[in-house]
Amino acid sequence: MAEPRKARIATTSLAGCFGCHMAILDIDERLIELMKLVEIDRSPLTDIKRFTQRCDIGIIEGGCCNEENVHVLRDFRRNCDVLIAIGQCAIMGGLPVMRNAIMHSDAPLRECLEEAYITGRYIRNTTHDIPNDPALPLLLDEVYPCSEVVEIDYQIPGCAPTGDVIYETLTSLLAGKFHGFDRMHIKFD
Amino acid sequence: MSDQDITFTIDGVEITAKPGQTIMEAADEAGIYIPRLCDHEGLRHQGGCRVCTVKANGRSVAACTQPAAAGIAVENENTHVNKMRRDLVEMLFHEGNHLCPICEASGNCELQAMAYRLEMVDPTRFPYLEPCRAVDASHPDIALDTNRCISCGRCIRASKDVDGKGVFGYVGRGIHRRVAVNGEDLAHTDADAADHAMSDEVCPVGCIIRKRVGFVTPIGEREFDKGLIGYEIEGKRRG
Ligand code: SF4
Ligand code: SF4
Ligand code: SF4
Ligand code: FES
Repeated sequence: MAEPRKARIATTSLAGCFGCHMAILDIDERLIELMKLVEIDRSPLTDIKRFTQRCDIGIIEGGCCNEENVHVLRDFRRNCDVLIAIGQCAIMGGLPVMRNAIMHSDAPLRECLEEAYITGRYIRNTTHDIPNDPALPLLLDEVYPCSEVVEIDYQIPGCAPTGDVIYETLTSLLAGKFHGFDRMHIKFD
Repeated sequence: MSDQDITFTIDGVEITAKPGQTIMEAADEAGIYIPRLCDHEGLRHQGGCRVCTVKANGRSVAACTQPAAAGIAVENENTHVNKMRRDLVEMLFHEGNHLCPICEASGNCELQAMAYRLEMVDPTRFPYLEPCRAVDASHPDIALDTNRCISCGRCIRASKDVDGKGVFGYVGRGIHRRVAVNGEDLAHTDADAADHAMSDEVCPVGCIIRKRVGFVTPIGEREFDKGLIGYEIEGKRRG
């Protein structure tokens, strides 16, 4: 009898710090068990840049801070049956979302960029310019959580979630037995 | 049990209350936890946050202010009631700026712990209001980050009723109602780090911050790493 088809998983990091991808690797030797169940398509872990085929699960780290993030997120929604937002950045914007409101400014994005590239006390920027190369993705007015851009099916909270929670969630989803988290394992930090 | 005591049920369990006790007070004594945010032991009841909503004979009431009455059937833990509470808690998150990963209250915060208890994990349906609020770090020992204030009024009651001071008060009306200090900033009030209002138990979130103690207890070893919020009350229950 042919072996059952392995589930296909894709992952991406949008406006995140890559910590959630590190947390995926933090499932340690259970990766071997997981790899018996899945194969990884498009992902920074495989360095595959485009979907080679439709995937069962897409895992999104980070929210949307630029137009490329939106493009990638929509591409994931089109190509994955189930989308999982992993970590606080993907779920509610996380640390990048600080630029939306905490700047006490009418133009928070401008103020953020000016402080980062021009006026900040510890900046060494010989051109005194805010980077503006046409090759750079255009920044959005605000940082958006994933669920404001596409429909998200599941969220794994944490910054980053623990390897244990990620492993439990993925394996129970793959077995069709995910019924929510143990409440003691829900963490937003 | 004296003959004036009354009995009623919570989720089918028979509870005894003394005359004048609220549903919540009677439940606490019986080891049944009813979620709460604006109510705090030792402070006058306010009945503001409605996270303690229960159904009493089918009507929604605030358990922290509603007196226990003989024979009422109270519903506390069920999907419907908990969903209402979860929505309320979620709206509190959305009304301010709650960035738990950078908040020094994380792990000790009652709002966050309530979100855990009520399983606030699904994609949100509410918009984030993202207000712009300045941090008041004027006082040498205390900082106020009102981005995290949930307007529960616990600091107001603690300062007025326990400290006899009145450092905090409400300003504005309706959705614009906020908690503010009675002065230009905190340094221009008689606030003191030894006030009850400034103690770590009064502010349920990370708004009133005592400087230089933030990370003495590391993340992962804090109050609600020991158990779900309410564990101490639930631990009292026998059998
Ligand atoms: S949630 Fe935390 S760990 Fe994950 S990408 Fe955002 S900042 Fe990094
Ligand atoms: S006050 Fe509580 S809910 Fe708000 S950011 Fe801090 S830990 Fe999170
Ligand atoms: S500062 Fe803290 S205690 Fe005071 S109203 Fe805000 S959340 Fe409540
Ligand atoms: S705890 Fe009862 S209304 Fe806030």
